[in-house]
This record gives sequence, structure tokens and C-alpha cells, in this order.
Amino acid sequence: MSEANDLPPQTLPLDGWHRARGARMVPFAGYQMPIQYEGIMAEHLWTRENAGLFDVSHMGQLLISGPDVDVELEELLPADVKGLGIDKMRYSLLLNEQGGILDDLMLTRQADGFYMVVNGATKYDDIGHMREHLPDEITLNHLEESALLALQGPKAGEVLARIQPEVARLYFMEAGAFDLDGVPAWVSRSGYTGEDGFEISIAAEHGERIASLLCDQPEVKPIGLGARDSLRLEAGLPLYGHDLDEETTPITADLGFALSKRRREEGGFPGADRILLEREQGPVLKRVGLIVEGRQPVREGAAVVDADGNEVGKVTSGGFSPSLERPIAMAYVPAGSAVPGTRVRLNQRAKIFEAEVTAMPFVPHRYHRKGAAK
Amino acid sequence: MTRYFTKDHEWIDVDGDAATVGITDYAQGQLGDVVFVEVPDAGRQLSQGGDAAVVESVKAASDVYAPVSGTVTEGNAALSDTPDLVNTSPEADGWFFKLTLSNPSELDGLMDEGAYKEFVAGL
Repeated sequence: MSEANDLPPQTLPLDGWHRARGARMVPFAGYQMPIQYEGIMAEHLWTRENAGLFDVSHMGQLLISGPDVDVELEELLPADVKGLGIDKMRYSLLLNEQGGILDDLMLTRQADGFYMVVNGATKYDDIGHMREHLPDEITLNHLEESALLALQGPKAGEVLARIQPEVARLYFMEAGAFDLDGVPAWVSRSGYTGEDGFEISIAAEHGERIASLLCDQPEVKPIGLGARDSLRLEAGLPLYGHDLDEETTPITADLGFALSKRRREEGGFPGADRILLEREQGPVLKRVGLIVEGRQPVREGAAVVDADGNEVGKVTSGGFSPSLERPIAMAYVPAGSAVPGTRVRLNQRAKIFEAEVTAMPFVPHRYHRKGAAK
Repeated sequence: MTRYFTKDHEWIDVDGDAATVGITDYAQGQLGDVVFVEVPDAGRQLSQGGDAAVVESVKAASDVYAPVSGTVTEGNAALSDTPDLVNTSPEADGWFFKLTLSNPSELDGLMDEGAYKEFVAGL
């Protein structure tokens, strides 16, 4: 599940808090992280019905500022950074020169620069890459003394509004600075579960108190990494290092939405020639969702095979969906097989599984979108 | 009837040359929510330490090994529809398979309940 670092795992600010609440800790992305508390299935379903609190302090939080910082960031990302309004966020991709994905990330414009959240396992590489490619005048500040908590689920909105009523003004993919019980917090209405919810950045020293305050609310339970993975899989959201890597491009990964219209027209982002050609002509392989027949999960590493048993693709994430009560997976399949309804065969440990390509998300998103009917 | 345990967290109840095999309560706790179990069919020959069954939780797939050699007489059919019996009743209704022992002396290398408890406490 993790990109194993060579160093022994480090502890995060809420380590003791997790252990006191009965978490089983495992190494992930170089840190000791809670994989589960009462059990993945129960935690998953609780989050879909109520609200779950996730500690994602392993992720990299960066502040990027300086002259023409938006123009400079567009050299590295395919997003319309210049057109991003204050307190608005966008999903984007850090691309290498070949258009391969170095990381996926969330970018928010603040009054005096950008707030970026990147994956924990790749954060130091990302910082190195950006430091190498951004001009010296651009300041990159890694918020190593900050915790990041995610409150996710259909009851997240009412829970957080109880603590700070002003957060109710945020819609999906908006953010702002708020006071949470006396603690200055940067709150984003976003997440990785497909549910409504928030990501809350606070100074590490306040992490335990805010986590406890949230978990004292009757709708909230702490949720581990295990359920975070099954929730994001049901939501069709890719996991870097598994469903995305330097060999995959935004088109292959079916993340074309991350290429803003203006950027597609103007180009000028890393790998633009290849990516735009691929967008026009269609990729060789494409990331799709699969519903697997039977009850046995097909997991990362299984092969997608043709009628003769030749490997033509691979499963990059897979597991049992607690909400659908059946196995689901993400896989790269030949573009000709990427249409929903197509039957594909999988080979896992010399056993053949039948599966059907399906549109993602597997479980509908329930974001709090502006202008959307409640 | 005597119950033995292995270091791979299987239990085996032995009555003459007939035995029933499952995984321990400790093992199910480590696995978490079990969503799929594949048990061996009657007639399959198992050798001690070889693959016998597969158990999958939400988190991961694990192999279950044969604690002793023998011939399978029955797989627990209930586990195909209700795999969570392994969580709710690991050491009774959640049994995996029954077999006829081919080499009962292999039991000598297994642990009794006290030794297993001590083994788990040291993990």
C-alpha cells in the first residue's frame, strides 16, 4: 500500500492520539499511520452515512509565492492557474517533460500566493522538482509543522458549522481562513472520499485538540487509511504510485479534465505536444473502472488478458466495495476495451476472473456544489 | 477430541484420524473484515505446510496452509455465502475444511492451547 522509504517510519503529530483511540498503526509513505480503528468495513460505511475524521498530516502542504507565481506554476502544471480566483481550488498534475505524471495535487489561490497539497510519498521529490524548475524569486515554504485533518461524509457540513458557522459559505472546491475554537485554520471544502467534506490545515500543536473536538461530535468517528482507500476507490479517484505514475499521462489516466481549456489551446505545459496529440488521437491504454464477477477481490498487480491469455493491461487498484458489497477495481485496458459494458478478463495468481468495464465513480459523488440542487 | 495450533494461526481439532481446520480468533482479528473464502474440495490431497485455502479481507489476501497432511473430506460451504462467519465464529462455525489425516505423527510438532496463547502474547 505504501511506497516504502528506506528510512524507518517517522511519527506524525497525532501519533499518540491515534494509539489512544485503539488504532492499528502501519508504516505508510514513510510514517506510522492508523490503518484502522474498529474495522475497515464499519469505518467505511460510517463515513458514507455520517462523518469520518482522517488524519492526513503525512501529505505535503506547501505555500508558494513570489513575482508572477501563477505564470511560473503554469510552466509545471497543465491547469489554468492564472484564471484561478482567490480562495478557489483546482485539481492538477505535476508533469515531467514527457508528460508523465510526477504527482497529483490540489492547488488553491490565496491572497498572497498558492497553497498546494501533494502526496506524502512524493512530497520531497515534488519539492525538489519545483525548486529546480521555479525561479529563485519564487518562495517555496513546506509547512512541516502543520497537521492536516479531513472531515468527510454527508454530516460533515452540519458538524463543522456547529464549531464555526461561517464554513457553511464554502462550496465544493472553495477554501478560506477560519477560526476553529480559537485555532486559526485553513479550511477547504474538498476531500478524497466522494462525499461532502472539508480538509483542515492547522498548526501541529493544535492537532490533537481539534481532532478530539471533532470526534466528540456524535456524528464523527476517526477513520483509518484502510477505509480511506476503499472510499476513494468507490469514488473513482486515482491513488498516486498505484493508478498514476511517471509512465502514465493525463489522457491515459482519464484525467483530461485537469487540462484547462486555455492551456489545451495554448500548450506550453510539460509534455504538451505528446499529451495534446494523445488527446486528439486517443491513448493506447486508458484507466477504467471494473466490476468484477463473483465475490473474490482482484487487486493491484493482476493482469488484464486477451482471449489468448496475453497480458494487455493491468489492474492498478482493486478491492471489495463495502457500499456495493462486491469487488471493484481500476485498471488500464486497451482503449478499444475502455467503453462501459465491455467484458474483460483478469488473471490473478493463475486464476481467471470475468469483469465488466463500468463508468466511474462506482458510488455517486455527493459534493456540496454551488448551484446544485440539495 | 484434542485441539492443536500452528504458528500460522490455524487450529485443528483431531478425533482419531478425522480433523477439522480453521483460523484462530487472533488471525481473524489481524485480517479484519473477511469478504471471501476459498476452501478446498473434498478429495484434494494436502501436504503439511502447503496451500490449502485462501481468505480475503477488505485489506488483503492471505493463504491458509494445511497444518498436517491428509485428504479433504469436506470444505465449509457456508463460507461462500457468509464469509464473515470467519470473523464472528472463527473457532466454531467459521471452520474451513475437514480432512482425514495421513500422517498423525505430524501433530507432535504443533502447539496446544497454552503454548499458542503464549506464542500470540509474544507477538
